[in-house]
Amino acid sequence: MEVQKQLLSILVDNEPGVLSRITGLFSGRGYNIESLSVAETTDPKVSRVTMVTSGSPPILEQIQKQLNKLINVIKVIDLTGQEYVKREMALIKVNAKPDHKAEILRITDIFRGQVLDVSQEHFMIMVTGDTSKINAILNLLKPFGIREIAKTGCIALSRG
Amino acid sequence: MKLKGAQILLKMLEEEGVDTIFGYPGGAVLDIYDALMDSNIRHILPRHEQGGIHAADAYARATGKVGVCLVTSGPGATNTVTGIATAYMDSIPVVILTGQVPTPLIGNDAFQEVDIVGITRPCTKHNYLVKDVRCLAAKIKEAFHIARSGRPGPVLLDLPKDMINSTATYNPLGDVRMKSYNPTYKPNIRQVKKVAELIEKAKMPVIFSGGGVNLSLGHEALTTLARKTRIPVTGSLMGLGAFPGTDPLWLGMLGMHGTYRANMAISECDLMIAVGVRFDDRVTGKTDEFAPNAKIIQIDIDPTSIQKNVPVSVPVVGDCRITLELLNDLLEQMDRGKIAAKHEAWLTRIEKWKKSTPLVYDQKETIKPQFVVEKLYELTGGNAIITTEVGQNQMWAAQYYHFNRPGQFISSGGLGTMGFGLPAAIGAQAGFPDKTVIDIAGDGSIQMNIQELATAVQYNLPVKVAILNNGFLGMVRQWQELFYDRRYSSTHFSHSPDFVRLAEAYGAVGLRANKPEEVEAVIEKALATDKPVVMDFIVEPEESVYPMVPAGAPINKMLLV
Ligand SMILES: Cc1ncc(C[n+]2csc(CCOP(=O)(O)OP(=O)(O)O)c2C)c(N)n1
Ligand SMILES: [Mg+2]
Repeated sequence: MEVQKQLLSILVDNEPGVLSRITGLFSGRGYNIESLSVAETTDPKVSRVTMVTSGSPPILEQIQKQLNKLINVIKVIDLTGQEYVKREMALIKVNAKPDHKAEILRITDIFRGQVLDVSQEHFMIMVTGDTSKINAILNLLKPFGIREIAKTGCIALSRG
Repeated sequence: MKLKGAQILLKMLEEEGVDTIFGYPGGAVLDIYDALMDSNIRHILPRHEQGGIHAADAYARATGKVGVCLVTSGPGATNTVTGIATAYMDSIPVVILTGQVPTPLIGNDAFQEVDIVGITRPCTKHNYLVKDVRCLAAKIKEAFHIARSGRPGPVLLDLPKDMINSTATYNPLGDVRMKSYNPTYKPNIRQVKKVAELIEKAKMPVIFSGGGVNLSLGHEALTTLARKTRIPVTGSLMGLGAFPGTDPLWLGMLGMHGTYRANMAISECDLMIAVGVRFDDRVTGKTDEFAPNAKIIQIDIDPTSIQKNVPVSVPVVGDCRITLELLNDLLEQMDRGKIAAKHEAWLTRIEKWKKSTPLVYDQKETIKPQFVVEKLYELTGGNAIITTEVGQNQMWAAQYYHFNRPGQFISSGGLGTMGFGLPAAIGAQAGFPDKTVIDIAGDGSIQMNIQELATAVQYNLPVKVAILNNGFLGMVRQWQELFYDRRYSSTHFSHSPDFVRLAEAYGAVGLRANKPEEVEAVIEKALATDKPVVMDFIVEPEESVYPMVPAGAPINKMLLV
């Protein structure tokens, strides 16, 4: 069966060990996590986990059911196929030789990125967007020499 | 009222209706053991923590109450892990209380520290590390609630020594309410209607019942459903007892060592009503060819069980008993007589399979293990509580003893834990002191927890152990015979203890039968003894369990004798 992606927004008790219950479920049952991000919500007792998973449709169904079965999971929202907004952020440290600086700034501008830090030899650039936008800027910056990158996983909320 | 953690714990146990716990002391739980001296709760001391957890598990299986096991930190806790996984696989409500090093030492590799919450996360329904004594009462209450509700399972509470020693105000608590845990008991009535409609249309239906029917005490509703509509019933190992094993509609067990007629009926049926089962691979064989002509209805309280291994036409999430009762109500309004009448041709066909290919064995000079089980059945009037070890002994017990009620057959189904049977018999006997409890054992498995004979003797729990002594790890030998060219790698015991003298050394009674004609007398003598008895039946060494479906084959491709 064909492998699909699934974007889940999961509300969980903000307690020690909850994340390991979730990741343990995935490793124990051989499910895929493509990205994961977690933070507290406005209610300090609740955290939101945003997760991209992949698998065949029956596996995706099992993933949701198994997550719901965890005692610390309050709600599993499947955003796939819904109206939602999603973002990722990347911090990119790129080599910036004097004669490349203008070009790098121009690219950053096109992608509505921001330069957060500058030294003699490099820029640190922040971009947000979806995965393809971030991949696009990474491709454009690659020829200059990317030293390091840090990416958040995907975060998302339903519209309306 | 200000109380110490240990006192709160025992008070909560009493409030939850706990009258017996199985436990083993140590440094981290000294305070709990001290408080126990002032409590009315009966404490049974096994000889190994694994014995304690299996006994608590079987106490739960036999009585329907939550079993409780108390152990110290570190090795005490890790010794329970096999038993916790055993209970988890079979959905048995058990609460495990483990001592833990004092909270300031957690994470320091302190003496007898182990992260038991981490270790047992994948094999408990839920677990807790309780650091604050003010939360203790609420967590205990939650633990019992989770263990016994929905699809039951083991719940572990890890209790640091300093927490148990500190004090808090104790106030009685109301009912547990959890926003993240609300099992669905009442099924969607529209789905139940669909089930009734499919039953009305079917010509060759079969009910496949599992552990969920026993756990929910849905046996009466199941029996009504089957008898009123004349639908034959098969079951998984965990489902034995949910439908009377003596009823003509009973097909016997399904799956790898299922009866010919059960496996054929499932392979040919046009409708399968699966209740409280999870379609384990030991039951389905090759899933692609499992019940190829059937619409499948699956009723289960756990949504993850539905559609996990086989596609289902009508899923019904709900408690098995409640759902079956609703279904019976609906069917009562229909013409049940007409529905029943449609199944006669199907039942006749099944009867032919039963006649052509029954369970058989050939009793010659050496004792056949099947013969021992049949005699046990006869001489106990089919009324004993039977526990089993794992292997051939377990399968023969399932095939040749006929069960009539939930909690009568106690066996490690999902995990297949050798060493389960004897401590399980002790747990069941602790719940029912006046019933006959028999562990049908193998000579290999029994040696995994044989030390528990001392427990049985100490607490006057007159369990009977029937060892089907074939001198082999028989089930593994059987696979080697069939699939590895009879290369018996490490499955023969060239040395075994003298079980009769061993029993006597423990203060139990030891009996032996070498010949078929001695079997009856040995069983009669054991049943007449009000002490623990070990019966050593020297059986045919290379007898195999048939029918057998080779792993991964379709279940209608059985090897017969
Ligand atoms: C703890 C454990 N270890 C290993 C096994 C694998 N195993 C399954 S059946 C079996 C043989 C059991 O031998 P015995 O108790 O003598 O029973 P028999 O099959 O001979 O009746 C073994 C080793 C198991 N199920 N459990
Ligand atoms: Mg054996």
